[in-house]
Amino acid sequence: MATLDAKIPEGPLKDKWTNYLNSMKLVSPANKKKLDVIVVGTGIAGSPAAATLAQLGYNVKVFCYQDSPRRAHSVAAQGGINASKNYRNDGDGVYRHFYDMIKGGDYRARESNVYRAAEVSNGIIDQLTAQGVPFAREYGGQITTRSFGGVQVSRTFYAQGQTGQQVLLGSYSALRRMIAKGKVQMYERRQMLELVIKDGHARGIIARNLLTGELERHTAHAVVLATGGYGTIYYLSTLGVTSSGSAAMIAYRNGAFFGNPSFIQIHPTCIPQLSDFQSKLTLMSESLRNDGRIWVPKEQGDKRNPNDIPEEERDYYLERRYPAFGNLVPRDVASRAAKERCDAGYGVGKTGQAVYLDFKHAIKEQGAKAIGSKYGNLFELYEKITGESPYETPMRIYPAGHYTMGGLWVDYELMTTIPGLFAIGEANFSDHGANRLGASSLMQGAGDGYFILPNTIGNYLSDKIKTSRLSTEEPEFEEAEKRVREKLEKLININGSQTAASFHKRLGKIMWDHCGMLRSEEGLKQARTEVRELKQEFWNDLQVPGTLSELNQELEKAVRVADFLDMSQLLIEDALNRHESCGGHFRQEYQTEAGEALRDDENYMYVAAWEYQGEDQMPRLHKEQLTFEFVEVKERTYK
Amino acid sequence: MKVKLKIWRQPNARSKGKFVDYDLDDISPEMSFLEMLDALNTRLIQQGDDPVAYEHDCREGICGSCGLFINGRPHGPEREVATCQLHMRSFRDGDTIVVEPWRAKAFPVIKDLVVDRSAFEKIMDAGGFVSVDTGSAPEANTTPVKKQNAERAFDAGVCIGCGACVAACKNSSASLFVAAKISQLALLPQGKAEAQRRALNMVARMEELGFGSCTSTEACEVECPKSISLDHIARMNREYLRASFSEEKD
Ligand SMILES: Cc1cc2nc3c(=O)[nH]c(=O)nc-3n(C[C@H](O)[C@H](O)[C@H](O)COP(=O)(O)OP(=O)(O)OC[C@H]3O[C@@H](n4cnc5c(N)ncnc54)[C@H](O)[C@@H]3O)c2cc1C
Ligand code: SF4
Ligand code: FES
Repeated sequence: MATLDAKIPEGPLKDKWTNYLNSMKLVSPANKKKLDVIVVGTGIAGSPAAATLAQLGYNVKVFCYQDSPRRAHSVAAQGGINASKNYRNDGDGVYRHFYDMIKGGDYRARESNVYRAAEVSNGIIDQLTAQGVPFAREYGGQITTRSFGGVQVSRTFYAQGQTGQQVLLGSYSALRRMIAKGKVQMYERRQMLELVIKDGHARGIIARNLLTGELERHTAHAVVLATGGYGTIYYLSTLGVTSSGSAAMIAYRNGAFFGNPSFIQIHPTCIPQLSDFQSKLTLMSESLRNDGRIWVPKEQGDKRNPNDIPEEERDYYLERRYPAFGNLVPRDVASRAAKERCDAGYGVGKTGQAVYLDFKHAIKEQGAKAIGSKYGNLFELYEKITGESPYETPMRIYPAGHYTMGGLWVDYELMTTIPGLFAIGEANFSDHGANRLGASSLMQGAGDGYFILPNTIGNYLSDKIKTSRLSTEEPEFEEAEKRVREKLEKLININGSQTAASFHKRLGKIMWDHCGMLRSEEGLKQARTEVRELKQEFWNDLQVPGTLSELNQELEKAVRVADFLDMSQLLIEDALNRHESCGGHFRQEYQTEAGEALRDDENYMYVAAWEYQGEDQMPRLHKEQLTFEFVEVKERTYK
Repeated sequence: MKVKLKIWRQPNARSKGKFVDYDLDDISPEMSFLEMLDALNTRLIQQGDDPVAYEHDCREGICGSCGLFINGRPHGPEREVATCQLHMRSFRDGDTIVVEPWRAKAFPVIKDLVVDRSAFEKIMDAGGFVSVDTGSAPEANTTPVKKQNAERAFDAGVCIGCGACVAACKNSSASLFVAAKISQLALLPQGKAEAQRRALNMVARMEELGFGSCTSTEACEVECPKSISLDHIARMNREYLRASFSEEKD
């Protein structure tokens, strides 16, 4: 049985990574050529990891779901990417950055990993700039920054509201360069469906060619999952519709522990759901809270045009409740505050499930042009969807599922509990505790991909140089492929009457209502029953048209929904287990008198790492106790 | 609202395709175009028919997956939007809507409305990058970049690789896509060192792959969801010419 050893290097915090690098085992350039690494996922974690591994000399095979690696959902990130450069001379630095993330995560992340994330962040900006990423600049030609929620310094680098696109394309171009050199073999339009394990070590994957339906066997000495987040569990979210938790669930079923699965970030500023057939929610970047002010009318059910509501009749509730951080409180706090106002009857818009984000004051102070140059494309995006211009009318926004802090449990080397299986980027649980700060995910993914994994994987591979390539004819491959084939056949032969999307929608509603922004024992138990029933219905009444041997998008969806059903069960158990509120995990039973999250450090200062025990069986809980040697654990306040 | 759809159906690359008519009568103007197709597909699946295959992912105009030729225009009637950002409010009750895949020799149809755009990847491989290995980058602020140049590079860099420019062009030229990358990197000091090689190689690769040549009809700029400007094609041509006369080409 696997045990939890985080493998945190000795020494003072600031020396741990250096000590690690100095003492890790290396693979010589000649030997790297003999080693194959599979990377699944081409977002801001997978693309740089693959490119860097190939530059080091490994044989790299890369997989992604879309028709091009450039379309990984990292492309949709808007607001920015953090680094500890201190270009503003505003007191920033690695330690402060680390401290902000630890506090932002409500003291539920591992100190050593978080410190390292802050430590490698500067190199990311250097690397991306060299790759031709056009970060926003000052007239003097220097790179400029802006502020994000939960911090009082300006450490966010950006390219208008399309930072994710620009940084991903930077990494993607690095990946293409290595593909052109023949060092990376690229497999687009593939869905990873199984992991191949031999003697306890990850040695390959089974992937379905989405165009032909062929099941392919791919062998390697190590497998890296960079498969992103699973916020689409709510059906409606800010993620791409193909984003899924499938790869993580595959790893979990094969024995990788799943860390804090129910820690999901609900982002406060998204365009609200307008209709029942809606398939997606669009984010309005957190950067807007630099200049936009959030409010609701002081009067319940006030239906006046927002521009007709005078100042004294507006409740700028974030500024009122959190004077020190105001509109820039972290996301979990801002989301709950919006929900609180709407539930109390102050919400605006047709559905009453929205609050205003207003630029009137900023436009008056800085001029429409200045505001346009910072947020122009976000304003346009908003107008395209809603038909209203934020220059004239305040935006209406509401929280939506956005980011998963939870993910595969990994140690300091980013390795899961399955030797040889690594998880990077949003797919792992590591750096954000119970709540992620804005602009820190691109940073974490890129840090994992450019600088951390390419080193730590060498430490693992150093004693594999004599391990020959595992033949894809071995029984382990046979069996893995058989499991996949049986599962797909089962799905396509149900011949029921409901589509995969309809199940996903219903599942999403259950999870949003009971395992979203607000959770309670009662609600979670109800969700437990409802999900179990829905799962039965799914396996009895699903309809998947077409065949297994062609492009079959419904089949792809069905696989994702099947995994989401299992994953929901896991999330619910995790949320039930944690009798405290922390970060994005807010249990109704555990709050302060002022309605803030009430942690229980004595009993829950741990990472919940869940081990699979079989279909529909209660998973087994392992605890990674968190110790805070370098920060003082305090109540997290933004007042 | 009611709409009549004429959709290109083609089971696979080998078979011939044809238009098939579908009537939908409970469409809300608030629906996005793709949500309308989802509604059609739900109906088709429940009838035991094969749903229409089309590509999409982010549904917010940034990943470049979606791309439909709607009533004779890439991404439909609105300007500066990708198909996923198009809403049914852009059509009238009773409209007939013709939906086709991108049509270009270099983008063969895979199934229904899905085409193979891997030719774009091959063009990128010919030089759409700065050759810098991880770890060898200098401190980011050691090289100042003029604000206007950074902004212009950004304006080119926002290309989503959707292929609408090719679909819009009567010659199926990929010039706008290629120019966007060449121009972005040529505008930045980081990309300058390889600018000439990049221009020569990417243009040559584009031609090899069966894209037509640019005759400046300007259709691409009109249909590009990101409004990539033709100025970038001019810059590409300058880089290309300069490179053709230069000593340093390889
Ligand atoms: C709208 C939005 C805005 C955001 N804005 C910001 C921001 O401003 N700053 C910030 O720091 N963070 C932001 N985030 C968060 C951040 O973008 C993501 O956390 C991060 O990009 C995730 O990167 P990744 O590489 O881990 O995964 P992704 O980019 O999601 O990539 C996942 C990859 O895995 C592949 N994949 C997954 N499963 C399989 C499978 N089974 N088989 C084959 N391939 C598979 C996919 O094809 C894809 O290539 C934002 C997120 C969203 C949704
Ligand atoms: S240039 Fe415009 S139309 Fe062409 S691929 Fe890029 S975004 Fe699409
Ligand atoms: S689905 Fe991503 S651009 Fe349309």
